Amino acid sequence: MAELIEGRTGTWEIVIGMEVHAQITANSKLFSGASASFGGAPNNNVSFIDAGFPGMLPTLNAYCVEQAVRTGLGLKAQINQTSVFERKNYFYPDLPTGYQISQFQHPIVGTGIIEIDLPNGVTKSIGVTRLHLEQDAGKSIHDMHPTKSYVDLNRAGCALMEIVSEPDIRGADEACAYLSKLRMILRYLGTCDGNMEEGSMRADVNLSLRRLGAKEYGTRCEIKNVNSIKAVQQAIAYEAQRQLEILEDGGTINQETRLWDPNKMETRSMRSKEDAHDYRYFPCPDLLPLILDMTEVERIKATLPELPDDKKHRFMGDYGLSNYDAGVLIAERVRADYYEDVAKGRDAKLAANWVINELLGGLNKADLELDASPITAAQLGGLIDLIANNTISGKIAKDVFAEMFATRQDAAKIVEDKGLKQVTDTGAIEALVVAVLAENPNEVAEYRGGRDKLFGFFVGQVMKKSAGKANPTLINDLLKKHLGDIG
Amino acid sequence: MSLDTAVVAKAARLARLEMDEGRLDYFAGQLTRILGFIDTLSAVNTDDVLPLANVSDITLSLRADTVTEGNQAANILANAPESAENFFVVPKVVE
Amino acid sequence: MSLTDLTIADALTKLKAKEISAVELTQAHLDACAAHRDLNALITETPDLALKAAQEADKRYAAGQPMPLDGIPIAVKDLFCTKDVRTTAASRILDNFIPPYSSTVTKKLESSGTIMVGKANLDEFAMGGSNTTSAFGPVINPWQRDGKPDIKLVPGGSSGGSAAAVAARMAMGATGTDTGGSTRQPGSFCGIVGVKPTYGRCSRFGIIAFSSSLDQAGCFTRTVTDGALMLEAMSGHDPQDSTSAARDVPQWARNLNANVKGLRVGIPREYRVDGMPAEIEKIWEQGIAWLKAAGAEIVDITLPHTQYAVATYYIIAPAEASSNLARYDGMRYGVRVEGENLVKTYEKTRAKGFGDEVTRRIMIGTYALSSGYYDAYYIKAQKVRRLIANDFTAAFQHCDVILAPTAPESAFAIGENADDPVKMYLCDVFTIPASLAGLPAMSVPAGLDSQGLPLGLQVIAKAWDEQTMFNVAKAIEDAAALDVLPHLLRKAA
Ligand SMILES: [Mg+2]
Ligand SMILES: [Zn+2]
Repeated sequence: MAELIEGRTGTWEIVIGMEVHAQITANSKLFSGASASFGGAPNNNVSFIDAGFPGMLPTLNAYCVEQAVRTGLGLKAQINQTSVFERKNYFYPDLPTGYQISQFQHPIVGTGIIEIDLPNGVTKSIGVTRLHLEQDAGKSIHDMHPTKSYVDLNRAGCALMEIVSEPDIRGADEACAYLSKLRMILRYLGTCDGNMEEGSMRADVNLSLRRLGAKEYGTRCEIKNVNSIKAVQQAIAYEAQRQLEILEDGGTINQETRLWDPNKMETRSMRSKEDAHDYRYFPCPDLLPLILDMTEVERIKATLPELPDDKKHRFMGDYGLSNYDAGVLIAERVRADYYEDVAKGRDAKLAANWVINELLGGLNKADLELDASPITAAQLGGLIDLIANNTISGKIAKDVFAEMFATRQDAAKIVEDKGLKQVTDTGAIEALVVAVLAENPNEVAEYRGGRDKLFGFFVGQVMKKSAGKANPTLINDLLKKHLGDIG
Repeated sequence: MSLDTAVVAKAARLARLEMDEGRLDYFAGQLTRILGFIDTLSAVNTDDVLPLANVSDITLSLRADTVTEGNQAANILANAPESAENFFVVPKVVE
Repeated sequence: MSLTDLTIADALTKLKAKEISAVELTQAHLDACAAHRDLNALITETPDLALKAAQEADKRYAAGQPMPLDGIPIAVKDLFCTKDVRTTAASRILDNFIPPYSSTVTKKLESSGTIMVGKANLDEFAMGGSNTTSAFGPVINPWQRDGKPDIKLVPGGSSGGSAAAVAARMAMGATGTDTGGSTRQPGSFCGIVGVKPTYGRCSRFGIIAFSSSLDQAGCFTRTVTDGALMLEAMSGHDPQDSTSAARDVPQWARNLNANVKGLRVGIPREYRVDGMPAEIEKIWEQGIAWLKAAGAEIVDITLPHTQYAVATYYIIAPAEASSNLARYDGMRYGVRVEGENLVKTYEKTRAKGFGDEVTRRIMIGTYALSSGYYDAYYIKAQKVRRLIANDFTAAFQHCDVILAPTAPESAFAIGENADDPVKMYLCDVFTIPASLAGLPAMSVPAGLDSQGLPLGLQVIAKAWDEQTMFNVAKAIEDAAALDVLPHLLRKAA
């Protein structure tokens, strides 16, 4: 099991707590009116406030506060009516004021829960310790000059939510599941786009080992720069092994901050963090305590979207879907909405099969996102309707689907134009049945001799003769009748 | 109470102020004197007193989420001791 | 009467009547600035900008549409950022800094029509009470001890350049900032009015921060009426400062009323500190007598935590300052001193960029906030701050306004008091409590001591009640009826 690691002297448990920094989806920065959009020419999305100019003062973005509250509600967490912004003091060239405005003793959101879904179908509750608002730092670029760093402050001051988990996570699989689930919830809520490549979601992993069965936690290391789900997997594997070797040799773990290097595939001690940091937190005197209007919190709560877990349970209950299928369909809010549009008033399981197997498969092959799908939910529904009312067979439907995917045309038009309408005329099918039986006397004899399996062969032959258009139920009935007649 | 220079050196390091031995000694003396005076506060009974961070009786007002600033890299960089290609240029940062 | 001797109120009358022009008025003050350069009151002079602005003011007078303070020459403390005009905070570290923006207060003053003649000297980052910590050298008080013109006296601080400029008639008014007494004490030392409004009355946006929970903009003028006029122009809500109050600005000058009949004036018994010079005691008694004679009711009040105010202040202000001044690191603006690596560059830049007093306060503040000391110093000081604020709330149950000395001394010589920081800090004993409580307070000239130096009295009012503060100050001004020029100006007169 991935949550355990075997050493020479015994088995160790991998204990993990995560700190995730999620950039809030907003137009402007947390404390200034500069654009919070990603990219742009260096230092272009920067106000004098972000650049820490003399005399500049922060003013708090109302929407960022609302987004933090929304996220807190989505994590079923305690919303704190009063929270306090404090300054975390340290020097770094991408931190223009010499302090980060963050929340320390009084965060806006307290304890909550994230249910993670493990590969074996089990769900597990991971405690959320807190969520607080803080500003992001700028970016230092180290490879543009041999002895200098280049600093871009476009990201400086963007609003972040730091979401801290309890050390409830065991091993890399759970860590990945936690990060995926958190990302899914944030995307459902629309509070963070979850784009790890652009850095809008960044994870720090706190990892320690303890002997299986031990009650006390071991000494942990904080691993920074773990910025993809894959990196979480790799960094945990590396760091667990590193700590294991030290502990098995009788050594002790240094509590330190380590950096994940995705190129060298290793974690290493961060020299800049070598000084025991003394951040000298104190309440930011430029900002008064943030006091939430609790009726506003209620309003946000009332407009919260249905969240992934609730949706999944509803899909399983209302639509009779399997845990797996429901899980696939709720992974993205737009996907779930698409599915529900297709399923509305139709066979829900059939709709799920078509969305999961044909549509998502097709999009995946074509490397398209759902919002760029050539087939709308209404169009896919139309196709399923044609199956349901026996206009076309499921087999023909797959061809029609391929045509829809390629041409964006409606299923009915394709069926009409190509004359794919299912044959339900008993007389016409009966003629085909008679002909097939006549053409295959040997098989008929063998069937009658007890080779029941040949029934499928006759079905196939009749279907082939009808160019796939014959209604399969009618073929079945008529074949049984004629084979039985003769017999 | 007398501050030893190690404590003063730690504060100087945190505040990014270069200080040679002589300066450390000087500020150790100064801080000892000042903190000795400040220690008179210990005579005040502050049990059950809440800290006062700001006298202001107003509640924090919030700003609408609109973009009001930007596209001014030239102004942002105008006072920079060193810049290149619209970046601030600083001594190499060690991770 | 020389143009530079006019009050703001009189000058406005003459400008409106077209007896004088804004250009003439401005030129007279620019000449005074040039004549009194030895005072070192201004770090940067802006004569060209001033004359251009004066011409604009004259156009508006000609068009019959002047702004409220149109054409009034003022000095601006070099702690207020002024767009395209060098702003130094009197620190080497900002020696070359040219802000691409203006402070809200200077913007408001500009849109009231005032004419900036220059940026006034101050204690470095407003840290000091004598204007001797400036990287641009000390400011000299235009007042002298009678018969001792060779002893150069301090103008007080931190807004010493502003006060000296107004006293020396280089400007009709000046902006200051007051964190622990920096408008009131220089006002007292220079024989002029020094005003600090309620915390939150003026925007702090664009003022280089020293201690954010204490800093307030204020002003210097030569009369109480002028102080009311100027503060009106500076005040008002600013959404860019989260601690600025959304309150209307009253018309203090128009509503000024020196009638104090029936007003309850509180006399805090704890302000009679040990070793207070007899002359300070005497001027205070004189002030009490004037107000009593004018019909005010004198009330004995108690502010029991007064003796702890200075110690409280010297934790809170340095703690905030240590953080506020972290941005001066030589990376984005200001002076950089290169070292062999990043950390050395930071350390050299800041060691060379900051003077001793600023360094001292950053060190105290850093120490007080560091782990292990935070509760004992910073939190303790915040708790005592609440007790001090509560003292005033309780006292104002029994009185409408408080009268106290502004400073425990008159202007001292440059170099005096410099040996012991604690002795220096104790000079703020009367001004700091009102700062900690965020209350409006001002110094009004009340008399001269035996050496011929001005002494001010301090009027402290309830939060947002600047009107009563001005009214009482006006009553003292009327009773004192002082008409004495600073020594420096006497031979010219
Ligand atoms: Mg963290
Ligand atoms: Zn953080």
